[in-house]
Amino acid sequence: MENLDAAFGALADPTRRAILARLALGEATVMELVKPFELTQPAISQHLKVLENAGLITRRVDGTKRPCRLAKEGVAEIDQWLAMLRKALAKNYDRLDEILAEMQTKKGRRTR
Amino acid sequence: MSRMTLKTEGDRYVVVTRKFAASPEAVYRAHTDSKLIQKWMLGPEGWTMPVCINEAKPGGKIRFEWADGKGNGFYLTGEYVALEPYSRIVHVERMHLPDPTPDNHVETRFAADGNGTLMTMRMTLPDEHTRATMLATGMEQGMEASYVRLEALIAAEAAKNASA
Repeated sequence: MENLDAAFGALADPTRRAILARLALGEATVMELVKPFELTQPAISQHLKVLENAGLITRRVDGTKRPCRLAKEGVAEIDQWLAMLRKALAKNYDRLDEILAEMQTKKGRRTR
Repeated sequence: MSRMTLKTEGDRYVVVTRKFAASPEAVYRAHTDSKLIQKWMLGPEGWTMPVCINEAKPGGKIRFEWADGKGNGFYLTGEYVALEPYSRIVHVERMHLPDPTPDNHVETRFAADGNGTLMTMRMTLPDEHTRATMLATGMEQGMEASYVRLEALIAAEAAKNASA
């Protein structure tokens, strides 16, 4: 892992560890993080930049906001969702195979 | 036999392909005839679709309601955008869990492939919030509930052992 050093560097700071603990509970915006930590917005933003560069958090764009979340959790969640979708669709299409076979049989009988 | 592929395309789309041993006409019909849809578009084992409104024409309404027979259920609404028999369907859909998820734009193509059909479905990847909601309350509701029960069982077991 090439940014392992960056990750450890990022984790060396107690405020950044606390921010990660807060993000473990779910996504948060900079403003939502400013409140409990009693830091200025630029200070929080600086910490988030370090965490993001270390690959520990990801940020998305939501209008003017850029909510942050744990990177690892984000990856796990999309995998979980895709696994659910894959399972449901695979089941659906297996059933569809049977329906198509039935349609074929019926059609064969009609034309005969 | 695994004939289905599912791939993400960037962070916005999911592309699913599947081959069927039937003509594009038959596969297209199975996707647009409500009587046929009710037989297969059911998700995990144990679910049924008691309500299937499916007006297969541009602007036509879609409403699918699923139930697991144990009091759990959810529904989907949508509209058809374009239909090209027997090769392409474009529609928009949203789940109601019970709050509606953002619109999912779906394009489904059917192409002759040897004696069968290759279906390619391209859908919008829901955002993180929607995925989390769908995981928690959506199709796998029954399964989710059993995991919760299992976790509760394990926690109770652990508590018992700790106090013993």
